Amino acid sequence: MSDNPVFDRIKSEVSDTDVVLFMKGTPMFPQCGFSAAVVGALTQMEVKFKGINVLEDGEIREGIKAFSEWPTIPQLYVKGEFVGGCDIIKEMYEAGELQKMFDDKGVTYAA
Amino acid sequence: MAMEASVIERMIKEALPDAEIVIDDLRGDGDHYSAKITSSAFEGKSRVQQHKMVYDALQGKMGGDLHALALQTGTPGA
Repeated sequence: MSDNPVFDRIKSEVSDTDVVLFMKGTPMFPQCGFSAAVVGALTQMEVKFKGINVLEDGEIREGIKAFSEWPTIPQLYVKGEFVGGCDIIKEMYEAGELQKMFDDKGVTYAA
Repeated sequence: MAMEASVIERMIKEALPDAEIVIDDLRGDGDHYSAKITSSAFEGKSRVQQHKMVYDALQGKMGGDLHALALQTGTPGA
């Protein structure tokens, strides 16, 4: 437990679910093009993930930036580890590296 | 809430003096840029670390004054 309750919430979110995307909007209705792009890649791969809408939670919205030391949303976590934002995920997806990472970490996906 | 491309370039250069930087103003609104940055300082670093180095160079502007900066980072010759 840290002395920051928001960090504790974030920690439990990213350890309870294999793939967590902190995003603007929801996976069904992304409210930002960058979040939509990451949702698109994950959806293409048919990987199960939990979307956390930072627009509905101001504490998480600011907290996740400090937690990851990363200034922007979206942010993808896999098995508790920060993987990157929109640019990195897109690059990894196009290079086939996202698939490899899911393989290495034992996360199942379809395509 | 906008930033000149030249300011972005100068701030990155200050932190990464050998960097080669190509900046595009994606919408012509001074708020949505893409940057391709090549620097030997990225050698041996993960993508997350490389992008963090650029964000650090921008001293908190990213996500504040600067809404969108699509980053592509790499090392010379890569």
